[in-house]
Amino acid sequence: MPPSATHSAALPHGSGFLGGARAGATSIFALVLLGSYLSIGALAHDFGFPLAWAVLTTVLIWAAPAQVILISALGAGAAPLEVAVAIGLSSMRLLPMVVALLPIVKTPAARTRDVIVPAHLTAISMWIEALRLLPKVPRGERIAFANGLGLCFMAVAAAATALGYHLAQGLPTLLVAALLFVSPMSFLFSALRNARVAADRVALLVGLVLAPLLAWGGIGLDLMWTGLVGGLAAYAVQRLRGAPP
Amino acid sequence: MSALGGLGSLAPYVLLVLVGFLPTEVWRMLGVALARGLDEDSEIIVFARAVATAILTGVVGKLVVFAPGALAAVPLAVRLGAAGLGLLAFLAIRRSVFAGVATATAAIIAGVLAFGGA
Repeated sequence: MPPSATHSAALPHGSGFLGGARAGATSIFALVLLGSYLSIGALAHDFGFPLAWAVLTTVLIWAAPAQVILISALGAGAAPLEVAVAIGLSSMRLLPMVVALLPIVKTPAARTRDVIVPAHLTAISMWIEALRLLPKVPRGERIAFANGLGLCFMAVAAAATALGYHLAQGLPTLLVAALLFVSPMSFLFSALRNARVAADRVALLVGLVLAPLLAWGGIGLDLMWTGLVGGLAAYAVQRLRGAPP
Repeated sequence: MSALGGLGSLAPYVLLVLVGFLPTEVWRMLGVALARGLDEDSEIIVFARAVATAILTGVVGKLVVFAPGALAAVPLAVRLGAAGLGLLAFLAIRRSVFAGVATATAAIIAGVLAFGGA
């Protein structure tokens, strides 16, 4: 099959910025973000923050767990330094995500300022979908594709934040509980679907089991230790199998 | 919010940037710096991807076991059972993420209606 035919078959939405935006709009993560950011908008409303502030947390922070900490901790009157440390710890995962994603996104000629936007748009949802779709996008169009995908997701999340802010009073508790379950489940099944090599599966399993155990045992920095142990175990498996990365 | 009252109406926005945006963005920009010069085939990419994957499913495990907000009122057994049913649906229906998420979410609602909570 000629390469062009492969591309058109593998990328029903096209490449480039609009291709990325279309891929985002039809991704299950558009629904997932809608659900989880409805609850973030409602949370900001309940703590008495302004609407514009709530939407701005989505655009600037773009990491749901950090936003939940910011809204609930500031809203409860916690010390700003304490909040900053808690958010910094919860956002640590973005470092390995950006390091794993950018080399796939950029061209050899790309300058640092070309990858600032895709780096800012990196969040769990965008990372999962970008890793899945980018290998099918021609190298020269990947930055535009990643930006389209990430901005589409961010637009959905920002609209959902505003909608959740307005609906805050009317959301039944059972619906909120169900919406809160949508994010972890979509992360889990997408990670399972994307796990192609043994190393991915080892990391996936170690993370799933180790993090709750460490947290249950009261070990600090549980996610950092989980990442290091899972990463090293997966890397060891990869090396022992002698498979090319 | 009452603690911010004396700082004027801009205070929440200043705090958003200082304690929300900066502590998050610093990790992304460190990632940009570390990814310079790495190509797709670098060994470190395999490692970084595995670390990110382990943290990602670690977040999932913690969200299911130590559930936040309204989800905390749903019994742990219902949360674990719903995740298990979602996994079965994902595996049975052509590894469909949608099937897994829809089944797990429906199971949470059914579990609460049957056993209480929320």
